[in-house]
Amino acid sequence: MWDYLGTDAAWHGENGLPALLWAHLKLSFASLLIAALIALPPAIVLGHIKKGALLAISVVNIGRAIPSFAIIVLLLPFSLKWGFGLGFWPTLVALVLLAIPPIFTNTYTGVRDVPPDAVEAAQGMGMQATGLMRKVELPVALPLILTGLRVSAVQIIATATLGAKVGYRCLGTPIVAGISRADKGPLLAAAILVAALALLTDGVFAQTQKVMVPWRASRTRPHDNPEAEGTS
Amino acid sequence: MLFATEPLVRWKWVGDHLDEIWQDLIEHIQLTAIAVGIGFAISLVLAIVSIRYRWTYGPIGAFCAVLYAIPSLALFALLIPIVGLGVVPAEIALVGYTLLILLRNMVAGFDGVPPEVREAADGMGYEGWRRGLRVDLPLALPAIIAGLRIATVTTVGLVTVAALVGTGGLGALINDGLDRGDFPTPVVVGSVLSIALAIVLDVMFVLIERFATPWRRRQRPDTVINPDEPVGAAAAADVAGGELAGAGAGVASGG
Repeated sequence: MWDYLGTDAAWHGENGLPALLWAHLKLSFASLLIAALIALPPAIVLGHIKKGALLAISVVNIGRAIPSFAIIVLLLPFSLKWGFGLGFWPTLVALVLLAIPPIFTNTYTGVRDVPPDAVEAAQGMGMQATGLMRKVELPVALPLILTGLRVSAVQIIATATLGAKVGYRCLGTPIVAGISRADKGPLLAAAILVAALALLTDGVFAQTQKVMVPWRASRTRPHDNPEAEGTS
Repeated sequence: MLFATEPLVRWKWVGDHLDEIWQDLIEHIQLTAIAVGIGFAISLVLAIVSIRYRWTYGPIGAFCAVLYAIPSLALFALLIPIVGLGVVPAEIALVGYTLLILLRNMVAGFDGVPPEVREAADGMGYEGWRRGLRVDLPLALPAIIAGLRIATVTTVGLVTVAALVGTGGLGALINDGLDRGDFPTPVVVGSVLSIALAIVLDVMFVLIERFATPWRRRQRPDTVINPDEPVGAAAAADVAGGELAGAGAGVASGG
C-alpha cells in the first residue's frame, strides 16, 4: 500500500484518491440532502399532529429489511433502459431510499414525544401551530433529528462504496477492481479511506450534536445507567 | 448500449437455471445462518460479561460500534490480505456486524426485567442460573428476538455484498450478470430474490416473537415507539437504530 501511495497515480487524475474521494463525498452529500428534503417535512407534520405511528414503524422496518446493494443493481437495468446511464443515478436513488427511514422515524418520534407540558405551556403563551413547531417542537426534537441524519449519513458513506459495482467512480472503485488483482495497494488505501470517512462522519455528527444540543451532554444516557440492574 | 436491448428478465433462462438459482438461495441462507449463529454465541458471552461486570459494557459496546461503522465492502477488502478470498473473510466480517445489534438488544432485554420480578423470583427460591433461565430469559426474549430479527435481515443484505469477495449466494448471481454486462436477467433475479428473502425472514421473526411470547399478544406494543430504548428493544423501538448512535455507533455497514 505504501508503494502505491508513493506513486503519482495515487494522487492525480480521475483514478487518483482525491478525485475518488471528492466523487464519493459529492454523491453522499447529494443523497443525504435529497433524503432530508423528502423525509423531514412529513415527519415533522405527522409528529406534530401525532398521527402515523404505524407508518413510522413500517417505514423503518421496510427500510431495514431491503438490502441496498440489491436495490442499486436492480435499478441499474431500469436506469440504462430509461437513459439515465450507469453509475450516478441508480446509486443516488438507492442511497436516498436507504437514508429516508432513519431520518423520518427519528424526526417523527422526536417531534411526537415532545413533553405535553412544554406544548401546553407554549400554547398557553399564545403560540400558534407554526410557532409551536419552530420554537418548541423542533428544538426539543433536535437531538433525535440529528441522530437520524447521523445514522443516514454513515450508512450513505458506507453504501456509496457499492456504487462502484454499477460503474460510479468513487472510493469503491479501487476496491472492486483490486479484489481480483495481485497488487492490493489501491484496494487497501481505498478501504482504509472509506472506513476512516465513515468513522469521521459519525464523529463529526456526534460533535455537532454536542454543540447544538449542549443541554443534553450532561445527561446520562438511559441504558448506560446501572440503576436498572436490580440484583446480580 | 449495455443492457439496453435486452428484456429485464428472460424467463427461459430462469427456467433453464432453476437448479443453480435454488443452490444460490440455499447458500445465501446458509451464509446468513452461520454468521447470525456465531454472532449470537459471541454476543451472548459478551452480554453476560457486560451485565456481570458493568464497567466492561462501555468498552465492549464501543468496540462493536466501531466495527459496525466500517463499510462492509471495505471490511471485506481489508480482510483479504489477512485471510485470503472466500467464505472465511466474509463470515468474519458478517459476524462482526451482528455483534452490536445482538449485544445491545440482549443487554437491554435483561436490563428491562423489573427488579420486583427478580426479587419475587429470589424470594421463591430461584437462584443464579436457574433464575436466569426461568425468569430473566423469558422476559428478555422479545428484545433478544428483535435483535435476531434485525441482525438476520441486515446479514441477508450484507451476504449479497460478500459475493464480491468470492462467497456464493445470490450475490454471485448478481456479479455474474454485472460482469457479462449485456444480460440483466441474473442481476434482476438475484436482487429480487435477496430482497424477497429479507422480507420473508423479517416476517418470520415477527411470527416467532408472537409464538415465543404469547403473554404479549394482547398488548399492542407496536404502536409505541420509545427512542430511549436501544435497538428494537420493545417490538418497535428500533428508532433507536438512531438513538444508539449517541453512544458512538453509526449504523453503517452498507448492505
